[in-house]
Amino acid sequence: MDISLQNIEYRYQAKTPFERLAIKDVSIDIPTGTYMALIGHTGSGKSTVLQHLNALLLPTEGTVVIGNHEVKAKQKNKNLRQIRQKVGIVFQFPEHQLFEETVEKDIIFGPMNFGVSEAAAKERARLALKQVGLAEEILEKSPFDLSGGQMRRVAIAGVLAMEPECLVLDEPTAGLDPRGRKEIMDMFYSLHKERNLSTILVTHSMEDAARYADQIVIMQEGHVVKQGTPVEIFSSVSELVDMGLDVPEVVRFQRSLEEKLGIKLGATYLSIEELSSAVAELLRGAPV
Amino acid sequence: MMEKMIIGRYVPAESLIHRMDPRSKLIIIFLFVCIIFLANNMLTYVLIGIYTFLMLGLSRIPFRFLYAGLKPVLWLVLFTLLLQVFFTKDGSLLYELGPIKIYEEGVRQGIFISMRFFFLILMTSLLTLTTTPIEITDGLETLLNPLKKVRFPVHEMALMMSISLRFIPTLMQETDKIMKAQIARGVEFSSGPVKERIKAVIPLLIPLFVSSFKRAEELAIAMEARGYRGGEGRTKYRLLRWKLADTMQLLILAILTILLILLRS
Repeated sequence: MDISLQNIEYRYQAKTPFERLAIKDVSIDIPTGTYMALIGHTGSGKSTVLQHLNALLLPTEGTVVIGNHEVKAKQKNKNLRQIRQKVGIVFQFPEHQLFEETVEKDIIFGPMNFGVSEAAAKERARLALKQVGLAEEILEKSPFDLSGGQMRRVAIAGVLAMEPECLVLDEPTAGLDPRGRKEIMDMFYSLHKERNLSTILVTHSMEDAARYADQIVIMQEGHVVKQGTPVEIFSSVSELVDMGLDVPEVVRFQRSLEEKLGIKLGATYLSIEELSSAVAELLRGAPV
Repeated sequence: MMEKMIIGRYVPAESLIHRMDPRSKLIIIFLFVCIIFLANNMLTYVLIGIYTFLMLGLSRIPFRFLYAGLKPVLWLVLFTLLLQVFFTKDGSLLYELGPIKIYEEGVRQGIFISMRFFFLILMTSLLTLTTTPIEITDGLETLLNPLKKVRFPVHEMALMMSISLRFIPTLMQETDKIMKAQIARGVEFSSGPVKERIKAVIPLLIPLFVSSFKRAEELAIAMEARGYRGGEGRTKYRLLRWKLADTMQLLILAILTILLILLRS
């Protein structure tokens, strides 16, 4: 399912003294099966863009096309529910949305709202729980008895069980320990690969953006300032630094190596393996 | 969804009303609530209306914004009006349609009571719109200080108030956030049959309760960690200053009161 934002603008609290322009003239195309990372500072409008992806916010200007639905500014928009079924959002700290008595009931809540039968939803709950790496035993537990990390996984399972065609992730690993962080990010990545699931990740972590995404969009003060593949984006280190953004450690290492040795490697490498083989290549070819 | 609500919200601006001492504002609101009951004919209500809108004008809060924020409350005002119109059976009969009888006194009472209600809402919103929660509680604490003599926990009351006022916006944000998360999971808050809509409140309320309790505990720990132990020996950073404008405002209110007493029938 293709998603496309066309020149959208959004004002919070329009026509009040608190009116605030959050994003302006934002155009982003997300073809089916893309893994896109959205990066930028706090307040750059990332979260606002994200909420347009399943019509939680309706643009005050411009058009959002989601599959064969079109959401236009200043129009009565119908069938938003169908959009919401197709685009699942994992919000920041999703564990805050848990409310049911048992984990199972909470996970099947989403699917059943969209008309999936109870039996089928329970089946989905089992599968989703396995995907997020939890044991089936906790299905009967109260979500409020779980640890923070487990609650997070249950909440994510609740979104996965809706079987969306596109997954939107708003810093899904904020506040988790490094291992849990990697496990969850890897899980999303394999889902993306297996099901050709479009994934949009809002993150502060350049490492994650470099490792998983095939498209990166950088936002600043409500505008899209740069868009491209990770290699394109991270090739211009100074530009990113000027924007106050970080670069992945591997890229930083490559740059300081190049500076120290006064050489230039052929390309920008984003993983340790690629970089080390490039360096090995260089050393082998270097005159002794 | 919640962003238009203005109850309990402060709008920063430079205005005469914003600069007033919170004590004088509190006294004026208190007296206003009393003297509004003096009005009992058109002239006195108009007088109170003029006063209310004069104060609104002085506060420089855009009327359009006020209107948008108070819209939900206006329904309540309308409801009171209709209640009075249909259920008061006094004075001469104005209109009759089957079992529905509308009397002159009903219309009169309806208009007066809803006007009173409306002005009260406007003036009290004006207080919170132009005064920060901290100022309000500071003012209240100073005003109620004499009650300490009879062992009334003035400081604790003020603290409770400021905490609840402080967390209104936070709670609104939280509500908005959880609402969105549940909408994304297929809940319909604003359409569908009434029964379904009432049921839709549960996935909103439970997470809100959970996070409120958590937040209360965290706040208590944070306060204790910073050495809070009640109002005993606590000094103040902001000192309240009674200015000329405050005295003038009280005078204006006194004049209004005298006029109301003279003109009421």
